[in-house]
Amino acid sequence: MASFSTNDFRGGLKVMLDGDPCSIIENEYVKPGKGQAFNRVKLKNLRNGRTLEKTFKSGDTLEGADIADYDMQYLYGDGEFWHFMDLATFEQVQADANAVSDALKWLKEQDSCTVTLFNGVPLVVTAANHVELEIIETDPGLRGDTATGGTKPAKLSTGAVVKVPLFLSTGEVIRVDTRISEYLGRVNK
Amino acid sequence: MFASSAGIPLLKKRAQLLQQLRAFFYGLKVWEVDVPVLAEHSVTCPNLEAISCQLGGSTHHLQTSPEFYMKRLLAMGSGDIFYLGKAFRQDEQGRRHRPEFTMLEWYRTGFTDQDLITETLQLLAQLSPTTPVSRCFYQEVFLQHTGLNPHQAEACALEAFAVQSLGVSFTGEPVDFWLDLIFSCVVEPALPDGIVVVEDYPACQAALARIAPNAEGLATAKRFEIFWDRLELANGYWELNDAAEQARRFAADNQTRLQQGKALVSADPKFLAALEQGIGDCAGIALGVDRLLMRLEGCEDIAQVMPFADG
Repeated sequence: MASFSTNDFRGGLKVMLDGDPCSIIENEYVKPGKGQAFNRVKLKNLRNGRTLEKTFKSGDTLEGADIADYDMQYLYGDGEFWHFMDLATFEQVQADANAVSDALKWLKEQDSCTVTLFNGVPLVVTAANHVELEIIETDPGLRGDTATGGTKPAKLSTGAVVKVPLFLSTGEVIRVDTRISEYLGRVNK
Repeated sequence: MFASSAGIPLLKKRAQLLQQLRAFFYGLKVWEVDVPVLAEHSVTCPNLEAISCQLGGSTHHLQTSPEFYMKRLLAMGSGDIFYLGKAFRQDEQGRRHRPEFTMLEWYRTGFTDQDLITETLQLLAQLSPTTPVSRCFYQEVFLQHTGLNPHQAEACALEAFAVQSLGVSFTGEPVDFWLDLIFSCVVEPALPDGIVVVEDYPACQAALARIAPNAEGLATAKRFEIFWDRLELANGYWELNDAAEQARRFAADNQTRLQQGKALVSADPKFLAALEQGIGDCAGIALGVDRLLMRLEGCEDIAQVMPFADG
């Protein structure tokens, strides 16, 4: 893998820092007129999602990280691993619980999602921004009540629980924004 | 796209500023010198790299400041002079830096650093009468934010502070390096609003300023910097006029360059000859005009005030 100097650090560049792949968020060049130049760099650790700030001497280098996002289809989980397939190459990968942890509650078999591969192995699985899931458990619907604006919890087929309007009932399919766990609308089938 | 990074209204403000700056100095009978920007020699300072080019079979350098030429003029008996033009520094690129920028530099004979601070503040007050002004010593502001005395602290203490507060992973650097890091990443971001003069820099950062004891008897550089809302605007010296001492500092710079694996820079013999001839007692200051305009116009990126900053 190529190495990158602080001059090359741009938003989105993936580098290795202390053994973890990181994505550069921001790079600020700091230099007193007559003094040593530094770069104050904001990075996101792609393994744990944490943002950190690090100061480098200008000209310092970091190894590039072999990391990229792929659109894949979720196939199934076997209890230990979760299996995904790249629909372009039909290659399959298996992700461990760490990698799927946040996405799991949104993943329905055959749905597409983003799998981030680090050195060929799934590092993080990200559900699609919008998913359509069936309500499997909620209080009975109050027919016609579309105006009061009240909500109630609803359990979805994948196990996620979101707040939905009162008029919805079990068996209906809804669209959800996975980034904020919010109900977007009913899907008419 | 062909348009400039700064639009026409801002470029007109820029033109107005250049005119105001010139008017200030002509009013004081300080005359303008447009010394070369392309020259055979460059500065030895390990933290400044000139942009070089080939000219008639030899390497020449775009000047990082007009200082050497201006001091040669002082040695010729020019009296008070100013330069308003371009300066160039390799690899400096960011929201506050461009490799090519506009510098205002002036020298006042018979002035001390104190006289020059007063004059610079007068200039800034003309440009922005309502901006608050405060003054402090490097020692006091450094102590306030780190608990360390910059004139006495050893490299290991500064390093420990930097590792703890900035999480840096480099070690074994000299005092001067740690001072730069801590000042620019801890102290500078905590400076108060408005124009702030920071006086009496550490002796190891004297550059071309003379060294004298402060009120506590600690050796300090008669060097000051002016910040405006935490943006470094100007750097002034009560000028060193001792040729032998200057030659020693140049040699020490090259020693540092050697240790850092940087190319050596031969000291400019004509500049040293001018110091030997004598430039008298004087004070000089360089001010970044683009940055001044950033603050006058409330811009956060230097490209917003420069014509064609992004090519």
